[in-house]
Amino acid sequence: MLKYIKEIGRYFILMKKVFSFPEKKDIFFKQLFNEFEKVGLSSLSIVLIISFFVGGVVTIQQAINIDDPLIPKYLIGFVTRDALILEFSPTMIALILAGKVGSNIASEIGSMRISEQIDALEIMGINSASYLVLPKIIASILFFPILVILSIFIGIFGGWIGGISIGVTTADFVLGLQTEFSPFYVSYSLIKTVVFAFLITSISAFYGYFTKGGALEVGKSSTTAVVNSSILILIFNFIITELLLT
Amino acid sequence: MIEVQSLSKSFKENLVLDNISVKLERGKTNLIIGESGSGKTTFLKCLIGLHSIDNGEILFDNRKFSKMNDKNIRKLRQEIGVLFQGGALYDYLSVEENIMFPLNMFTKLSLKEKRERVNFCLSKVNLEKTNDLFPSELSGGMTKRVAIARAIALNPKYLFCDEPNSGLDPKTAILIDNLILEITEEFNITTIVNTHDMNSVIQIGSNILFIHHGKILWRGNKNDLTKSKNNELNNFVFASKLFKTLRNENFT
Ligand SMILES: Nc1ncnc2c1ncn2[C@@H]1O[C@H](COP(=O)(O)OP(=O)(O)OP(=O)(O)O)[C@@H](O)[C@H]1O
Ligand SMILES: [Mg+2]
Repeated sequence: MLKYIKEIGRYFILMKKVFSFPEKKDIFFKQLFNEFEKVGLSSLSIVLIISFFVGGVVTIQQAINIDDPLIPKYLIGFVTRDALILEFSPTMIALILAGKVGSNIASEIGSMRISEQIDALEIMGINSASYLVLPKIIASILFFPILVILSIFIGIFGGWIGGISIGVTTADFVLGLQTEFSPFYVSYSLIKTVVFAFLITSISAFYGYFTKGGALEVGKSSTTAVVNSSILILIFNFIITELLLT
Repeated sequence: MIEVQSLSKSFKENLVLDNISVKLERGKTNLIIGESGSGKTTFLKCLIGLHSIDNGEILFDNRKFSKMNDKNIRKLRQEIGVLFQGGALYDYLSVEENIMFPLNMFTKLSLKEKRERVNFCLSKVNLEKTNDLFPSELSGGMTKRVAIARAIALNPKYLFCDEPNSGLDPKTAILIDNLILEITEEFNITTIVNTHDMNSVIQIGSNILFIHHGKILWRGNKNDLTKSKNNELNNFVFASKLFKTLRNENFT
C-alpha cells in the first residue's frame, strides 16, 4: 500500500517537472511535430482497420438481434452510431493505443534512462522530464481526438458495408444515423479521449523515466506501463461516465 | 580548479564517500582510481550534481555549488562536459545533431557557425566526415570519440570522464587517453577521469587519487605510484601480473 502511495507521489512530482514552460520554443515545436508522427500518424492505419471491422461486426450483430419485424430496421444504424461514439471509438481505441503508443513511449524513455542519455540531458542543464515528455503529452492530447473522430466515421462506414452485406438498406441505415443525434455524446466521447490520451502518455513516460537496471527492466517497464494505463483508462471511463452521462 | 571539501555521501545506510577533500587542478588530467564499487562513479556524479551530497562543499573555481540557485547551476552546467561510460549519445540524432545539440540549446550561433564548430570538434577526435552517421552505426571507440566531441562542443572548463576506455581494445584505449590529455592541455581544462585501467594511469596520470571504500587513501603522480608504501594501493596497482613483473625488474 505504502509502495503505491509513494509511486503516486513520484508520478505527481514528475508531472510537476514535465509541466514547466519549455525554454526553447522552436525546439519544442520541432519535437511536437515529430511526436505527431510518432504517437499519432503511425497509429492511423491500425485505428482505421480496427474501426472499419468493428463497425461492420456491430451492425451485423444488431441486424441479427433485431430480427423481429415489429422493431424498425433503422434502429440498426442508430445503435451502431451510438455504440461507436459512446464506447467503441474512445475507449477501445484508447486501450489499443495504450498497448501500441504506451509501450513505445515507456521503452523509448526507459532505454534513454539506462544508457545515461537522460543524465546527459540533465547535465546539459536541460529539464529532461519536460523536454522528453511534454511534447508527447501535448501531441497525444491534440491528435488522439482526431483519431477517434476518424474512427467513428470509418466505423460507421464499416457498419454501412456490413449492413448491406446482410440486407440492411442504405436508406434504413442512414435514417438510423440521423435519428435522435445528440451532439453531447460526441463531446463526452472527446472529453474521454483527451483524458485517456493524458493517462497513456504520462503513465508510460513515468514508468520509462524511472527505469533502473538494464534492457530486461526496460521490457518490464513497458509491460507495467501498458497494464497500468489500461486499468486507469477503465477506471476513468467509469468515473467520467458517472459524472457526465448520469 | 575544482575544490572538494569534506564531501560525504551515503545511499541509505551505505556510506559510499567518506569525508573526501581534494583539489582537482586545471590543465591536468586528474585520475580517480580504485577498484570496482569503491565509489568512483558516485564521486563523479556528486561533483556534477546528479547526486545530492549529504555533507561538504564543492567549489568550481571558488564558486560554491551549495550557494548556487537554479539559474547559476544551469550556467555552470554549460561549462561542464561529461563523457558517460557508454557514451550516452542521443540515439535518435545523427552524429552532427548530437554535437550540435548543446549548441542549439545554449548558443545563438547561425547554422553555418554551428556546422563549423561541429566539424572542428569532429576533427579534434579524428572523425571527419562522419556527420551523417547515427549512433547505431558507430563502433564502440567511435561512439566514445563522438561523445568526447559533444562534450567539448561548448568549450567546457571542466571535463568529466567515467571510464573512458572500458570495453575498448588497448590501442583504441590509448588513443582515447591521449585525446583526453591533449584536449585538457590545449584548452586548459580541469579534467577528471575515473578509471581502473592501469595503462591509462601510466599514460596520462598527472594527478592521481586512489579511492578505497569511499576514502582517499593516496594521492600523487604516476612516478610516485609504484614507490608507494600504501598496502591497499599496492594491492590495487600490482593486481596485474604485468606491473608485478615490472616492479620486480626494478628491484633487481
Ligand atoms: N544510485 C544508487 N543507489 C544506491 N546505491 C548506489 C547507487 N549508486 C551506487 N551505489 C553504491 O555505491 C557504491 C559505489 O558504487 P560506484 O558506482 O560509485 O562504484 P565505482 O567505483 O564506480 O565502481 P565501478 O568501477 O564498478 O564502476 C556501491 O556499493 C554501490 O552499490
Ligand atoms: Mg563506475
